[in-house]
Amino acid sequence: MPHRYHLKLYIAGRTQRSEQCIVNLHSICEMELRGEYELSVIDVLENPQLAEDDKILATPTLIKKLPPPMRRLIGDLSEKEKVLIGMDLKDL
Amino acid sequence: MEGHQDIEKLATHIPGFDLIAAGGLPKGRTTLLAGSSGSAKTVFAAQFLAAGIRIDENGVFVTFEEPKEDIRSNVKGFGWDIKSWEKEGKWAFVDASPEPNQEATVVGEYDFGALLARVEYAVKKTGATRLSMDSVGAIFTRFSNQGVVRRELFRIVAALKEMGVTALLTVERIEEYGEISRIGVEEFVADNVIILRNALDEEKRRRTIEILKFRGAYHQKGEWPFTVSSGEGVVVLPLSAIELTQKSSDQRVFSGNEELDGMCGGGFFRDSVILVSGATGTGKTLLATKFLAGGASQGEKCLMLAFEESREQLIRNARGWSEDFVGMEEAGQLKIICSYPEIASLEEHLIEIKDAIEEFRPNRLAVDSLSALERVATVKGYREFIVGLTSFVKHREIAGLFTVTAPTLLGGTSITESHISTITDTIILLRYVEVYGDIRRGVVVLKMRGSKHEKEIRQFTIDAKGMHIGRPFRGISGILSGNPVQAGADEIERLNELFKTE
Repeated sequence: MPHRYHLKLYIAGRTQRSEQCIVNLHSICEMELRGEYELSVIDVLENPQLAEDDKILATPTLIKKLPPPMRRLIGDLSEKEKVLIGMDLKDL
Repeated sequence: MEGHQDIEKLATHIPGFDLIAAGGLPKGRTTLLAGSSGSAKTVFAAQFLAAGIRIDENGVFVTFEEPKEDIRSNVKGFGWDIKSWEKEGKWAFVDASPEPNQEATVVGEYDFGALLARVEYAVKKTGATRLSMDSVGAIFTRFSNQGVVRRELFRIVAALKEMGVTALLTVERIEEYGEISRIGVEEFVADNVIILRNALDEEKRRRTIEILKFRGAYHQKGEWPFTVSSGEGVVVLPLSAIELTQKSSDQRVFSGNEELDGMCGGGFFRDSVILVSGATGTGKTLLATKFLAGGASQGEKCLMLAFEESREQLIRNARGWSEDFVGMEEAGQLKIICSYPEIASLEEHLIEIKDAIEEFRPNRLAVDSLSALERVATVKGYREFIVGLTSFVKHREIAGLFTVTAPTLLGGTSITESHISTITDTIILLRYVEVYGDIRRGVVVLKMRGSKHEKEIRQFTIDAKGMHIGRPFRGISGILSGNPVQAGADEIERLNELFKTE
């Protein structure tokens, strides 16, 4: 089955905040996307060129590449409601 | 806070800037460049890097507002091929401009770790020692959490210092003469501040740069005019600065008229600034023409800068006084440049003149007339222009003759004289004198620094050969004030009595 969601999470180093963010993201994805997602976690400290390519400023930044439209979410994903709206999983 | 006296400077190689900055920007530090919209901040920021690349100092350009493609094309006109520098690894962009249609939603706590990582990566990749960030205000607008933005910018500035990078941060201002910036960035980049202004002064735009402060380092104070010229970018004109180490020549040169030479005690000095003031028609252009011809006859190269007459007029006039300008031009001894004063700002005229002098390398030059330029400028602008021009000319030991139109037919002093009275070495006045219903002409050397000179006002005539200076006026006083009064016989007696030596 093809993955419907393509997500990229940019973090700056493995810190408490970034670890928490990854945990938050996985829980949202398991709950809302029922496994139909592909997630890549990119550490900008190790791959600054990728951060440059996607014009990432803030960390953490989550980019929803698919399905369109492309969305950009900034922050540790602690505000779940906003995350769902931002990912087009919920209407305003 | 360090307590040292002198922070090392990094020469920017932006024309004129290093002079007013007493060496350049504080090395390894961040300097704030504040300016209103249109004040040329981005040009300056890009030029800082471009000038560095020419001397093998690589740079990183962080852009918060304009995408890198726009910056590349915007500066092409200055001859900066950013694209090829990027290919050569000398210039790197950190493009932090907003992605259209992709505004981010904030869903939690964040910092600018990625920006910092990208900046550090770009600096390491290029080995950059220079960095420009344009413009900080844009990032404050995009992220509502001002506290986070401030803190993170502080972190980046600290990292730049750690890496030994000399950085320029641009920020917007609203008013030309108000607060430093509209977002109060002074808390974290307070040490070094430069302000660019584009103020409206008497209906004219006037660009100035002011180094407000360099902590722990010397710099020139006050505002300095600059221009943005295609092909060069920002050119700061340190007009009144400080080439006080002007050596003074005591070598004499031919004024173009032998009698005038005599009145001056032997001719003009090699590096003198000579002002010729007179009402219209008194013979200023003639004197300028003879001055140039006199130089050519001695094998000198002469430059004529004309702002009132056309080339044809000048040549025709010269011929009427027995001088062959065309012949001199062909022999490479004369160059005539005619300009309408209105076509450019005084700063642009000054650059054009300086370029012409650098290229032609004259031994003497004549400007006819300064008053034509005075008409198209503000008082401040004009003053800076003539101070800048005369000191430039003097510094190169070029004898410069400048004609100035006196405001009234019979006398009075012009404004120009008051502007540069201290710089002028020689002042020659040409005046009409009314004598019993006749209009005669008078010439006097009012000032001749460093030499004895005649104090008498002599009559002169003009014919096809030129100017013929004759006897002094006798029995007339008040010529210079414009109220020539014939002294009666009694008066002459009385004056003689006063000065009798017993």
